Amino acid sequence: MSGSDILVLAEVHRGTLADITFELLAAARGLVGGSGGEVVALVLSENGAAFAPALGAADRILLVDHSALANYAPEPFLAALAEVVTARSPRAVLIGATSIGWDLAPLLAARLDAPLALGCKAISAEDSALAVTASFCGGKMVAELRIDRAPAVLMVLPGSFRAAEAAGKAQVEPCTLSASLEPAAIRFEEFLLPEAGDVDITQQDILVAVGRGIQQKENIELAEQLAQVLGGAVCASRPVVDQGWLPTTRQVGKSGMTVRPKLYLAFGISGAPEHQEGMKNSELIVAVNTDPRAPIFDIAHYGAQVDALELLPALVEAIGARKG
Amino acid sequence: MNIGVVLRQVPDLIEPLEVDASGTALDLSAATFVVNETDDHALEQALLLKESGGGTVTVVALDFGEVDNTLYTAAAKGADRILKLAWDESQSPTPHRAAAALAEALRTLAPDLVLVGVQAHDELDGALAPLLAARLGWPYVGVIRGVKQAAEGGSVVVCKEFPGAVMARLVVRLPAVLGILGAEQPPRYVPVSRIRAAMKSTRFEEAAHAAGTGPAGIAVTHMAPPPAGARAEMIAGSDTEVAQRIVEILAQKGLLK
Ligand SMILES: Cc1cc2nc3c(=O)[nH]c(=O)nc-3n(C[C@H](O)[C@H](O)[C@H](O)COP(=O)(O)OP(=O)(O)OC[C@H]3O[C@@H](n4cnc5c(N)ncnc54)[C@H](O)[C@@H]3O)c2cc1C
Ligand SMILES: Nc1ncnc2c1ncn2[C@@H]1O[C@H](COP(=O)(O)O)[C@@H](O)[C@H]1O
Repeated sequence: MSGSDILVLAEVHRGTLADITFELLAAARGLVGGSGGEVVALVLSENGAAFAPALGAADRILLVDHSALANYAPEPFLAALAEVVTARSPRAVLIGATSIGWDLAPLLAARLDAPLALGCKAISAEDSALAVTASFCGGKMVAELRIDRAPAVLMVLPGSFRAAEAAGKAQVEPCTLSASLEPAAIRFEEFLLPEAGDVDITQQDILVAVGRGIQQKENIELAEQLAQVLGGAVCASRPVVDQGWLPTTRQVGKSGMTVRPKLYLAFGISGAPEHQEGMKNSELIVAVNTDPRAPIFDIAHYGAQVDALELLPALVEAIGARKG
Repeated sequence: MNIGVVLRQVPDLIEPLEVDASGTALDLSAATFVVNETDDHALEQALLLKESGGGTVTVVALDFGEVDNTLYTAAAKGADRILKLAWDESQSPTPHRAAAALAEALRTLAPDLVLVGVQAHDELDGALAPLLAARLGWPYVGVIRGVKQAAEGGSVVVCKEFPGAVMARLVVRLPAVLGILGAEQPPRYVPVSRIRAAMKSTRFEEAAHAAGTGPAGIAVTHMAPPPAGARAEMIAGSDTEVAQRIVEILAQKGLLK
């Protein structure tokens, strides 16, 4: 392994490789280019060899197998990651902006005193530096960053790269570490799955999505009425669920569901990256927002800059009139 | 349990954001500030823990971005002490600078638990919560919704959010820093009269803190709002006209049954 390698943290979530892994591998492939460096996937897991066949997009697959890595806890994962990065000195470490990534990327950067970029959407290699395009301020600002110190720790927004195909050499290399991986202060206990019984929004053709712009619990009824005449269901962004106005099973986005309906109608949703990642692949997106600069308009097919609370009843009426 | 909570002011995203003359930083002199949303949840979570198990809640904040109103609101909600750290308004409180100052004050405070929002939308080259943990040498876990006192003393039980509304339950031995995404309940509302009363009765304390520098090896070369790329086709008109146009589009696509 050399100083021009790009290390990708493969993410295993409840027994499967998370999609972000393949997006990171694609980003890494673009960075090694003709540098002679390798795309290296690091699997931190128990029985990680099982994932190797799926990681054909990497040139090298490093496996750290340990019972302490069977489920996520920050300390053993960080210890393993930091030791591998220190030993192998890659040019960059790519980590997804996921639940685990939000811990490990900043913790790794802090431990190694390495530069960290959040919100990475595009990355390219210049001679001696990496150029990174990063989104922040809820998607309302974009920064170009230049990083000239290795390793660069890059936390990559899901959905920024098209998943890589198997094209690498895929050499599997088990790693033995000197660090103790026993969980210390933070111990994983169990996964809590959402209660079944509510509408499964991932199975709906039509979703009426409401965000903070809906303003009050009572106004969700307006969205329910529209969903009813359209034959769909109501879902929401995080603040609406945080208020307890809808159950967590209706949340779309990073911690919620990933949906791909035929129609996604977004009312009063700004379109932060964490929301977009759960819905940007919907077939048709219509967004209604009073702010013309709302990032939701960057991914919507149609938009209207009007008050959602006025438009919702107007839509119900227009559909009623059409149906006669 | 004695809990330290960090509150940060961030530019309100409802207002247009401006880039300063350097072209590489936000123009904070043009911004309207609000409390960082996840920090507000961290405060709520701390107050809930205090109400269920006793102890104190101490808010620590930099004197930056019209923070006083946020601090009086925190006092009105039930925070016991407020540490306001002197800050040079001309310096943007980047995560690294803020972490240096806040960690020093928190080290002296020596709480059992520090709750900080997992993210602030203006963070670009660092995340405050894990940086604080690293400086304090305490364990850290983030993306947390819900913290409870554990049956075993000296620990808390937290829920970490994963995709698909799945949570992981973790036990965290104290002291620790937690990156809060959501409290168990939405942040409480306090009437303006209580905030006014807090303005009269609350004394902000000062605390010694250290200066920090930004990370090495990374620089912003350009900053701008995202380019208008494949933007939506905007539908103009009155509510009725917009509604009719949307209905037409849906009908054309066979989406009206
Ligand atoms: C680790 C992590 C995980 C996250 N996971 C998720 C997730 O799973 N899902 C998710 O959604 N978010 C998630 N978030 C939060 C995300 O960053 C945003 O804060 C959130 O998506 C914002 O929701 P919103 O668009 O409803 O609210 P805001 O960003 O406040 O936007 C409200 C919008 O409503 C508009 N508006 C106001 N009034 C009206 C009106 N009358 N008519 C029309 N428009 C109006 C405003 O112009 C504004 O654009 C996560 C964040 C983190 C850090
Ligand atoms: N009267 C209040 N009661 C409770 N919280 C408040 C109050 N005013 C402001 N806040 C807090 O400050 C944040 C921003 O509020 P606003 O200034 O209304 O945008 C909210 O999330 C509240 O938690």
